[in-house]
Amino acid sequence: MTAAASFAGQTLSWEIRDGVVELALHRAPCNEIGSRTLEELERFAAALPDLEDRAHALILYSQQAAGFCAGADLRELYARASAMQKDAARLGVRDFLERIHAVLNRMDMSSMTTIAAVHGVCFGGGLELALVCDVIIADKMARFCFPELRLGLIPGFGGIPRLKRDMGNAVVRDLLLTGRSLNATKAQAAGWVSQVVGEGEALRVARGTAAQIGKFDRATSAAAKAFIKPIPSEELRREMDLFCELFQRPAVEVGLKKFVESADAQPYLP
Amino acid sequence: MSKPPEQTIDEILTLAAAQFKVARETLAADDDFFKKLGIDSLQALSLLTRLENHFGVELPDYELQGVSDFRTLAARIQARL
Repeated sequence: MTAAASFAGQTLSWEIRDGVVELALHRAPCNEIGSRTLEELERFAAALPDLEDRAHALILYSQQAAGFCAGADLRELYARASAMQKDAARLGVRDFLERIHAVLNRMDMSSMTTIAAVHGVCFGGGLELALVCDVIIADKMARFCFPELRLGLIPGFGGIPRLKRDMGNAVVRDLLLTGRSLNATKAQAAGWVSQVVGEGEALRVARGTAAQIGKFDRATSAAAKAFIKPIPSEELRREMDLFCELFQRPAVEVGLKKFVESADAQPYLP
Repeated sequence: MSKPPEQTIDEILTLAAAQFKVARETLAADDDFFKKLGIDSLQALSLLTRLENHFGVELPDYELQGVSDFRTLAARIQARL
């Protein structure tokens, strides 16, 4: 097995099981996406051509009890931005976004069928990561949210264009403008979760789904996916621009400060 | 027909005790669930998910802003049954 076929990093690991790549997120407390996770995701994206030769499906899941992913690492973002001049902070955010968009776009267009097995918290950047996948299977205790407006921001990892790709603008507006969280049943009714399963069952069901997908001709699956799931490139670019524009506003610094200084161990955004 | 409020409170206390592994008899309706269960706000959202699943309701989390006792939580749920 080459180095690319398996990897054990600080924030994530992957291996091939039964012709399926399993990408496990395992950064405590809830897979917050910071610079280390980004570096390891980039490593995964670089390995994808090789993995795609060896496997027909990808399952993305979390090994953290709290959930799938709580989104961007706001503490790191705040610490880095506070230590820089405003222009440097803006450029740093832009660079981070460019890099994560490159990774997520590559995963989005993978020739493998991709499945997110979601439990618990799936917020912000975590939801954006799940939305890259072709199929989302959610444990009934999963909860989804775009809390970014509470910080004076919009989702920046491609969440809005990807959600709009799959459902009506009204649902996206409700999620975005209220910042409220939805449970798995509601997310399934809205349309972005395809299966709701029992507590603790998402990974098992995802493996079964991947096995089913493996029965079909690989090239046909890849062609069908490319046909039905185009990358919304123009909107992704505009989202990134808007995020960077909003990031410069004083309200964001206030929101981030409030978040990082919260006494709550795992603060839900104020 | 909706449930009697006391039954809703009792079911919430039972579910919360099971989820956070505390004895049911140690919980009371007017307890602050953050303090009594020792939970953070993400864990409180997890409790909300369990309650939504159990009662078959959808309760927007912003309706729970400032709510920290079981009795008020039960009243919010009761209003949607």
